[in-house]
Amino acid sequence: MSGTPAPRPPFVVTPGPHLRTSESTAGIMWWVNAALLPTTAWGVWVFGPPALEVILGAVAGAVGAEALANRLMKQRLTVKNGSAVCTGLLLALTLPPLVPWWAALIGGVFAILFGKMIFGGLGYNLFNPAMIGRAFMMASFPVAMTIGWSIPRAWYSRLEAITTATPLGVMREHDLQAALHLIGGPEGWFRLLIGLRPGSIGEVSVVLILLGALVLLARGIIRLYAPLGVFFGLALMTSFSGAAWLHMLSGGVWLAAFFMATDYVTAPVTRPGQLVFGVLIGLLTGLIRMWGGYPEGICFAILIANAMVPALDLWFRPGRVQTAGAPS
Amino acid sequence: MSTVIHPGPAPGARQLILNGIFAENPVFRLALSLCPAVAVTTTVLNGLLLGVAVLFVQVLSSVTVTLAKRLIHPRVRIPVYTVIIAVWVSAIDMSLAAFAPALYAQVGLYVKLIVAFAIIISRLEVFASRQPLVPTFFDGLGMGLGFLLALLMIGAFRELLGSGSFAGIPLVPGKPLLFFALPAGGFFSIALLMALFNWIERRNQGGRAGPAKSAGGHGV
Repeated sequence: MSGTPAPRPPFVVTPGPHLRTSESTAGIMWWVNAALLPTTAWGVWVFGPPALEVILGAVAGAVGAEALANRLMKQRLTVKNGSAVCTGLLLALTLPPLVPWWAALIGGVFAILFGKMIFGGLGYNLFNPAMIGRAFMMASFPVAMTIGWSIPRAWYSRLEAITTATPLGVMREHDLQAALHLIGGPEGWFRLLIGLRPGSIGEVSVVLILLGALVLLARGIIRLYAPLGVFFGLALMTSFSGAAWLHMLSGGVWLAAFFMATDYVTAPVTRPGQLVFGVLIGLLTGLIRMWGGYPEGICFAILIANAMVPALDLWFRPGRVQTAGAPS
Repeated sequence: MSTVIHPGPAPGARQLILNGIFAENPVFRLALSLCPAVAVTTTVLNGLLLGVAVLFVQVLSSVTVTLAKRLIHPRVRIPVYTVIIAVWVSAIDMSLAAFAPALYAQVGLYVKLIVAFAIIISRLEVFASRQPLVPTFFDGLGMGLGFLLALLMIGAFRELLGSGSFAGIPLVPGKPLLFFALPAGGFFSIALLMALFNWIERRNQGGRAGPAKSAGGHGV
């Protein structure tokens, strides 16, 4: 309007970083959520409407708590970046299907408020928020969290649900034989793989968890160091128990290895650090399972390993970039 | 914020008592004696009993020290303070065992441990050994009341959430959030109430004090 526009300067001077990518926190988080969908859908299909209630309750609690905390802390609304949904979903996937939905809702609220927002929000939390929520629920609702297991696909026969025990729970209470009987004999490893066994909503199907993990690996969102460490640590710990394969295929190992041990915020930064972090989780899980007070120990193993992360980041620092001819 | 040393002339009685309850609340501001504050506060009544015991021990020890301060050699003052506290703790311990045996059965161990409570010996060191009788009495009273009120608040919070009752009277069936009755929940309760104290203080100081004082919150 007011004459000719000013000529563009030949150079644009801006502070770094200059390399840009279309990747964003929200993008990554929604990809993680999408990668969790197969095992979530399987959980709902296997355990029926109660599982859906638990998932909706936990997600609603997490998202509501995040929105509330944003308002109280006068931050901009961070619900849309999907991390609250991710926390709620991950929490729900680690819960027994017959936990009351309101308990899952309280767990989701606690996970976000005390696992994440109280530290300042996403990126500042020391511990995995979903695991904080689960530990809180184990302390608050010990009965529901211990007996809320259902036989797979019981709801198809128009039964509300049939409570049962998990393979790990049976192994703890009785012995290996009883656990094998529960999953259908020595060939039960196939049922463990596809996920026809009692367990937490999202942990039962190894194959579908792997499918989601492959998507994340293919997109470069997660790396294999921490998961491999978890499997190695647990295999090492349980190799003397005579039921290593049962330990490896049951419980929440696969879900935790790919979706919690790989969390950007609560895992070490460098690759060696991530590997040690994973091994630590695996060892602690085996330790708690075989000699601890709970049948499954991966929740506490992750929380303890989270507490080690600042030390791991200190011990495994990235090396200096070495270029040929540079003075070192 | 460490305990404020009081070398100069002491403020008035009312201000000393308010100081113990709010500005230098032993639990929420000085963060002293957190161990018993977590251990006994699963119910209001336990908190009340221990709080009353601490109130008496604090006032009596402070008064004893301020009266005897000229007789205590500075080099051995800490052992002497400890003996003085132990004398009063024994007296209170036996009185509680005689007059409130049911409650004493639950918190008796912690009544004996009052000997080692940081808040009491710190008030003897920073206040009672430097100030005359009357301000010392009110400082002890304020600190004891502050501790008592803190234990009552934590106890009420944890009993309501953890056991669904108040002072032993059930309000809701079952146990709503058992977590808060556990030791870990005790630390969370203290942290939440401490945050509430910080928030109230920040609001009160809103326009008057500079940002340096109000922005810091609590630091140990």
